[in-house]
Parts: sequence; C-alpha cells; structure tokens
Amino acid sequence: MDDFLAARSQMALSLGFHIIYACIGMVMPFFMAVSHYKWLKTNNEVYKHITKAWSKGVAIFFATGAVSGTMLSFELGLLWPKFMEHAGPIFGLPFSLEGTAFFIEAIALGFFLYGWNKLNKWFHWFTGVIVGASGLASGILVVAANAWMNSPAGFDVINGAYVNIDPIAAMFNKAWFTQALHMCLAAFTATGFAVAGVHALMILKNQYLDFHYKAFKIAAMFAVICALLQPVSGDISAKDVAKRQPAKLAAMEAHYHTQKAAPLLIGGIVNEKKKEVNMGIEIPGALSFLAHGDFKSEVKGLDQIPVNEHPPVAITHYAFQIMVGIGSLLVLLSMVYLVMLLKKKELIAYKWLLKLFVWAIPLGYIALEAGWVVTEVGRQPWIIYGIMRTKDAVTPMPGIAWSFYLFSAIYASLSVIVIFLLYRQIKMVPMLYNGNMINPVKEN
Amino acid sequence: MDFVIISFLCLAILLYFLLGGADFGAGIIELFTSSKNRSKTRSTMYHAIGPVWEANHMWLIITIVILFVAFPKIYTTMSVYLHIPLAIMLVGVIARGTAFVFRHYDAVKDQMQEVYNKIFIYSSFITPLFLGIIAGSVISGQIDNQANDFLSAYVFGWFNWFSIAVGLFTVALCGFLAAIYLIGESKVEADKKRFIKKAEFMNVAAVLIGMLVFVAAQVDGVPLTSWVFKDAIGLSAVCLASLSLILLWYLLLKGKTKVLRILAGFQVTMILVTISYAHFPNFIRFKNGTTISLYESIAPVKTVESLGWALLLGSLLILPFLGYLFYKFQQKEE
Ligand code: HDD
Ligand code: HEM
Ligand code: HEM
Repeated sequence: MDDFLAARSQMALSLGFHIIYACIGMVMPFFMAVSHYKWLKTNNEVYKHITKAWSKGVAIFFATGAVSGTMLSFELGLLWPKFMEHAGPIFGLPFSLEGTAFFIEAIALGFFLYGWNKLNKWFHWFTGVIVGASGLASGILVVAANAWMNSPAGFDVINGAYVNIDPIAAMFNKAWFTQALHMCLAAFTATGFAVAGVHALMILKNQYLDFHYKAFKIAAMFAVICALLQPVSGDISAKDVAKRQPAKLAAMEAHYHTQKAAPLLIGGIVNEKKKEVNMGIEIPGALSFLAHGDFKSEVKGLDQIPVNEHPPVAITHYAFQIMVGIGSLLVLLSMVYLVMLLKKKELIAYKWLLKLFVWAIPLGYIALEAGWVVTEVGRQPWIIYGIMRTKDAVTPMPGIAWSFYLFSAIYASLSVIVIFLLYRQIKMVPMLYNGNMINPVKEN
Repeated sequence: MDFVIISFLCLAILLYFLLGGADFGAGIIELFTSSKNRSKTRSTMYHAIGPVWEANHMWLIITIVILFVAFPKIYTTMSVYLHIPLAIMLVGVIARGTAFVFRHYDAVKDQMQEVYNKIFIYSSFITPLFLGIIAGSVISGQIDNQANDFLSAYVFGWFNWFSIAVGLFTVALCGFLAAIYLIGESKVEADKKRFIKKAEFMNVAAVLIGMLVFVAAQVDGVPLTSWVFKDAIGLSAVCLASLSLILLWYLLLKGKTKVLRILAGFQVTMILVTISYAHFPNFIRFKNGTTISLYESIAPVKTVESLGWALLLGSLLILPFLGYLFYKFQQKEE
C-alpha cells in the first residue's frame, strides 16, 4: 500500500471510529437526563435503573471517545503536517473551544457518575444535562472546523503565504451551520435507533418488559423526531453544496454532463473510465429542483471541472445513495411507529414493528459513516477546498502503511472489546432489575 | 497575549506531568507490587484517581491544541521527526485509558479483569517512557532536519542514550509522585506503610536514573551540565530540589502526607524548571544547532488573541468546577 493511500485510510479509519463513540457520548446523556427526570418526578425506580444502566454505557463510550479524539489531534500532525502548519492557526479556534467544552463535560461526568446519593438530587440531574450540552457543543465545534475545510474562510493566500488570518471568520464559515445541524440530527437519529433497537430486542425476548419498554420509548422518541427532520436538513445541505462545491454535488449524483432540467439519479453503476452510469433510475428535473429549487435550472456537471480536480465519483455516489436510502427507510419506520403510537396499544402487540427496530440498529451509523464519506471523499483532491491538495499535505515520512496496519489492529480489537462489554452489560440487566444493583465502582 | 499563551502552555505541560504523572505512576507502582498486594493497591488507586482521571488526561489535549494553534511549526516538526515515539505513546494512551475504564465498567468480574490489568500496567509504563523520550529528544539537539536517510531522520533523533535515559527518569518520577499521593489516600496503616516503602524506592530510583541522565548526556554530547550549572536560576532550582530531598526523607519517615505531596510536586516542578529554563524560549533544537523558538514561531496576532481569550475565559469557567469536584470528593472521604 503506498504511503499516501495509507495515510488517508488511517485518517478515515480513526475518524470513522471516533465519530461513533463521539456521537454516543454526546447523545446518550440526553436520554439519561430524560429518564432521570422521570425518575425524580414519578419516583418510579425503573427509571432510576434505566438511568444507571445507560450511564455505565456513557462512561465506557466517553472514555473511548476521549482517547480516540486524543489520537486524532495527534494524527492531524502525524499524517498531514503541511496542512496543519498552515491550517492550525486558522481553524484552531473551534478546537480550543472544544477543549473547554470537553473539560466541562469531563468534570460534569465526574459529578454525575460519582454523585449518586451525594449531591442534591436536582443538582445531580443538572450535571447530567451539562454533560449532554457540552458534548453537543464539542460536536458542533469540531464540525465547524471540518466545514472550514469545505468552505475555507478567514484568510488570504498571497504568494503561497497564508495572511490576514481571522480565526473567528474561519469558524463561522459558510458551511458550518448546515453541516453542524445535519450532524447533530444524525447523531440523535443513529444513536436513538441503535438504543431503541437493543431494547426492542429485549422486549421481543420477553425480558423485564417494564424496564425495556420504558427505555425503548425514550430512545425511540428522540430517534423518530430527528429522523423526520433529517431529510429537511439534508436538502438544505445539498443546496449549500451545489453552491459551494459543484464538483462534490456532481460526484454525489454521478452527474457527468452539465444540463438544464437535470434528472435525479437513483442507484446505478458508475463507470469512471467511460464517464457514464448504467442502470440507474432517473427522475426528470428533480436534481435541478433539489440543487437550486427550480426544475428548469442548470446543474454543473463534471465536464465543467478540470479532470485533475475530480473527486472519486463512484465512492461518493454510492455513499450518497446509501445515506439517502437509509434516511428514507428510517423516515418510513418513524412514521409507522408514530401511527402505532396513536393507536395506544402495548407495543409488544406489534412484534413485526419491534423486529424492524432491531434491524435498524446499525442503519443510522451506516448512514452516518456514508455521509462522512460523501463529505470527505467528495472534497478530494483538496484537503482545503480549492487551496491545498491532499497529496501536498501528507507527511514525508515513509512507511505509513505500517502505522496504518498497527492502528487498524488496535481499532479492531477495541471494537471487539466494546461490543463484548455492552453484551455483558445487557446480560446484567436482570440483576439491576431485581434491585441488586451492583455498584459501578466495585470496592473489593 | 503571547505571554498568556506561553504561560498556559507551560502550565498545561506542568500539570499534565504532575497530575497525569501521578496517574501513570499508579500503574507503574502496580507493576512493582507483588501480586498478592495488587488488588489492595488497585482499590486505593481507584478511589484516588477514579473521579478525576478524565480531567487529568485533558492537560495533554490542551497542550496539543495550544501547540497546533499557536505554534504550528513546533507541532509539525515534532510530528514529522518524532512520528514513531509519538505513535507509540498514542498506543499507550489508548490502551491505558480504555483498559482503565473497561476494568471498572465490565459488568462481569472474571478472568477478563486480568487482561485489562495487564494492559493497564504495561501501558502505564510505556506511555511516560515515551513521553520522556519525546521531551528528551526535543531539547537535546539530536533531531537532524537535514538527514536524508530514514534512520537518521526518523529514528536516531529519539533513539539515543540521552532520550532514553530521560524516558526512564520520567517513569521513575511518575512512580514517585504516585506513591506520595497514594500514601495520603490509604486508610489502613499497612497500606500506608507499603506506599511509604514504594515512595522511598521510587525516590532512590529517580535519583540514580537522574545521574544516569547526566552520564548519557556526556555520551551523546548534550551540554546538560552547562545548562544546569552555568545559569543562576537553573542552579538554584537544582539546589532547592536537592535540599528539599532531605526534608522529604524526613517527612517520609514521619508520614506527614499533606506536606509531602506539596513537596514532591515542588521537586518535580523544580526539575522541569531547570531543564526548560536553560534554553527558553527555544523549544526545539536541531542537530545543526538551529532552533525553533516559542517567540519566533508564534502564530499571527489574531490567532494568538482569540486563543488567548478562549483559554482565559475557559479557565474562568472550568477552574471553579474543577476545584469543587476535588473538594467534594475529598470531603466525602472524611
Ligand atoms: C443518520 C445519518 C444520516 C442520514 C439519515 C442522512 N444523512 Fe446526510 N449526512 C450525514 C448523516 C446522515 C452526516 C454523516 O452527518 C453528514 C456528513 C457531514 C455532515 O455534515 O453530515 C452528511 C452529509 C450530507 C451532505 C453533504 C454535506 C456537505 O458535504 O457539506 C448532504 C448533501 C446530505 N448529507 C444530504 C442528506 C439527505 C438529502 C438525506 C435524506 C434522507 C440525508 N443526508 C440523510
Ligand atoms: C472536524 C472534522 C474532520 C476533520 C478536521 C477531518 C480531516 C481530514 C483530513 C485532514 C483528511 C485527509 C485528507 C483527505 O484524504 O481528505 C481527511 C480524510 C478523510 N476523512 Fe475527514 N475530517 C473530519 C471529519 C471526518 C469525519 C467525522 C469522518 C467520518 C467518517 C471523516 C472521514 C474521512 C475520510 C473517509 C477521509 C478519507 C478521504 C479519502 O480517502 O479520499 N472525516 N479528513
Ligand atoms: C465531525 C466529527 C467529530 C465529532 C462530531 C466529534 C465530537 C466529539 C465529541 C462529542 C467528543 C466528546 C467525547 C464524548 O463525549 O464521548 C469528542 C472528543 C474529542 N474529539 Fe472529536 N469529534 C469529531 C472529530 C474530531 C476530530 C477531527 C478531532 C481531531 C482533531 C477530534 C478531537 C477530539 C478530541 C481531542 C476529543 C477528546 C477530548 C476533547 O474534546 O478535547 N474530534 N469529539
């Protein structure tokens, strides 16, 4: 494997890994806070058990999120030193603010996890909310940094020197809001469906119905609302991309030829050599509408973009199809669930619906990863869009392939351990339920 | 604002060394504890560092963020020439952080615990070792930015006697800090005795390895002696550190925990001051004698200003909470 490819793969792997933990770390505290609130309000012990069970999950994911994030802040330099040399002072502000947000999160989590029966109960609840709020803030800030790579702002390049640097303008670049909005919704959707799915599985096994039923409802409510909003926000993103990065939009749609009243392409097999797509379904005019809000408008194709600035079309297109496909499935599932909810029958009566939720466990995350592939691969060959090419940013050190193998092995084993731990956590639910709550801090 | 940022950088490095160091040290002590006492050591340790370990870890991230925002040249130079030790240290950080959490949150306590323990203990050793190696290489002028073969560019810059000696010294200091810290945390007299023994052991080790560092400096041609002894501040810092050593042993024998902690922290601070003051504001020294200085490589003024304000306002938000966290969990112990 050549070094450049290895560096890109390692970056993608680390981010792909981090993002899952980060999302869980920033969303679960909100689920916890809701169930905690219900406990404080109703005094129903089940809610307390749910909160505690979830909080252990949060602790596990928080730690993995933090270490994988630490990795990333080193990897940016280890893999892309030329990029960081110029970009660091420009897009660093959100990272420094994220440091603050994360610090607050860590402290609040300390209070929350170790504060049962020690703090005023509402203050204790509030520390949980802080954990969620600061986690979400971290997510938004980092995405603002990524948005800067897509839509550089706050500096000028004069004779190769980066001057007139304005970190605040860089942070509030044109893409930050759309990207952050879409990302936050995605985090809630993906985590919501995953958590709801796990509890649905338990309901199907007819175990501790009360516990899992209540937990399911909380998670599903978040998931459903965000899944319904996701396409709306995705549409805003697409319009934004059409304006900002026509090459990315063209790659997403494998749109080779500039055309008025452009059709929306669904599926299809991309042939990058011949620059054509076979066997796709075309919806006339829809792409023009989605990109510019007008069925007649012209959509730039890849033919108007120099060949050496083409992103990898096939990957971007397939990834986009996967994201939108899953997004649509989740919207359907959400609507069905809402209808069932209106009928006010016990969920257990709808086994097939619960089964659908079980199937949806990984879907949100797959869509999330696919969405990032669209954004990142669609930006290629640029690391800073229109300013610096990725291949000019890579480290001069040879042998990155080895580092890639090493980190792949580490990530693979970490994933195995985390899944194993969660499995054991779920197996312990009966003990929680019987009230023999094992203390998270086992004192031996 | 330059001043604010450099102070924060120094503070973050120092705090990571003291707090994170004690944290690593806990694992190092476990490594040097006979297996029959390990579980006791472990539970004291968990009590001591459990609630705050996540916060300790943050100092590393702050350091990195300050470096890449305000001193990109330093950050990228280190990333390129010290890629290998940084990557190994990272593996250590990952393994340690995750193993620590896994072993306490695994719902079932069985043989897996042993696996987590092993990982935790060994990575607690590796991480500070490589941190020390990195620190040693940055200042010692072994990095060759004009080399054109792989080994001299990417390996010998850190794989040399001096850097490795500094690495071992760091390990010993971490162990020492942790032992001192844990003395105050243990509730049983027998535990206390054990930690006092450990602190003595680590202290002797640190002094011996410290001498080794000087020998290694001779071998590798690092002008360490002149840094330390030619300069009034460096010299007085060393003298203070050595003098306080006597006091420290006296207190150790008496078992006065609170003062001991302050004193141990003070000693380590003095050691850091000594080595960094001698070549401040230069941060990186290359083999050919050129340097990268903090002042000259600092980012443009707007960046520095926004970072400075972010740090100041951030600490205003954070410090009271952090203080309260420490206070709250100290209090409930009593
Ligand atoms: C649960 C996950 C999920 C789901 C269901 C969707 N997305 Fe998405 N999408 C993401 C998760 C995501 C993401 C991973 O969060 C991305 C990557 C970068 C970003 O800001 O969000 C993203 C990026 C992204 C982009 C590129 C933005 C850019 O590069 O700036 C577009 C155009 C869309 N999405 C559009 C959609 C549409 C039209 C959807 C319709 C259903 C959709 N997404 C569902
Ligand atoms: C703030 C957030 C992010 C930053 C600063 C960032 C930065 C980078 C950098 C420097 C590269 C290497 C250059 C390149 O190949 O494009 C890269 C590549 C990549 N990143 Fe991101 N990234 C961010 C978010 C993400 C996330 C969350 C993912 C999630 C999966 C992701 C996925 C990828 C992928 C797949 C590549 C490889 C692209 C390719 O191989 O063509 N990125 N990113
Ligand atoms: C878009 C992608 C990203 C999102 C949404 C995201 C979000 C988060 C969140 C929510 C956390 C808190 C961890 C937890 O609560 O479990 C976190 C931690 C962290 N992330 Fe990311 N992150 C992303 C990409 C990155 C990138 C590219 C970097 C590298 C520079 C990074 C660096 C960190 C670091 C260092 C931490 C640990 C502590 C800290 O915040 O300083 N993240 N991230």
